[in-house]
Amino acid sequence: MAVSILHRATGVALSFAGLAILTWWLFALGSADGYAKFEAFINWTALHVPWVKLVLIGITWSFFQHLLSGIRHLVMDTGAAFELGINKTFAILTIVGSILLTALVWFYLLGAAK
Amino acid sequence: MSLGESATPLGKVRGLGSAHHGGEHWLTERVTSIALLFLGAWLLASLLLLPKLDQRTLVEWLHAPSGAIPMALLIVVGFRHALDGMKVVVDDYVHEEGSRFLWNILLLFLAVGGGAIALFGLARISFGALA
Repeated sequence: MAVSILHRATGVALSFAGLAILTWWLFALGSADGYAKFEAFINWTALHVPWVKLVLIGITWSFFQHLLSGIRHLVMDTGAAFELGINKTFAILTIVGSILLTALVWFYLLGAAK
Repeated sequence: MSLGESATPLGKVRGLGSAHHGGEHWLTERVTSIALLFLGAWLLASLLLLPKLDQRTLVEWLHAPSGAIPMALLIVVGFRHALDGMKVVVDDYVHEEGSRFLWNILLLFLAVGGGAIALFGLARISFGALA
């Protein structure tokens, strides 16, 4: 139940914030001074607007949560994993997995930035 | 043609309903999601395996066909999947027919427009000169 609504919420977040950042990033990457401005903006916000980093971490988590609960929904579409115990374990695993993968990516990113 | 007892629930509804394509929408959402499993894994693995994440490295990555082609697919399939998913959200939560229609048109324009901008951004990198 909770994981199902999370699938929707993270899907909406990825549709707007995720695709907007992907588009903005690709657009900036192709222009000479555009990318410097893009990086400067990201770096400036990382220092001065603390919640921006939380939003970026949130999008990363949304990506993994939506990916894992998406796999869960594909399995359930075949008619499997509807038994209460398995269903609940599967749901919890998507949350544990998404938090773990988000932590791994951000430890890597913050480590690489040093 | 009679589908008989062996038809799956999806097989029974495909082509039915006043719009004749509800089943296809459902199926497209699933098929694009499977494609995105591969493309999403590709994007993540590529970014983690690149030696640096500066502009030159990223541009070289997307200049090569091995980077440009999956990225083009990711853009097209990603925006399509987002549009399909958002349509389900709108259809579920916006009950008044006029606003539902407007929301769906707005999302369609956003998805097509956003996808076009992203594809242009990628094309400029892929077909542009390497610095």
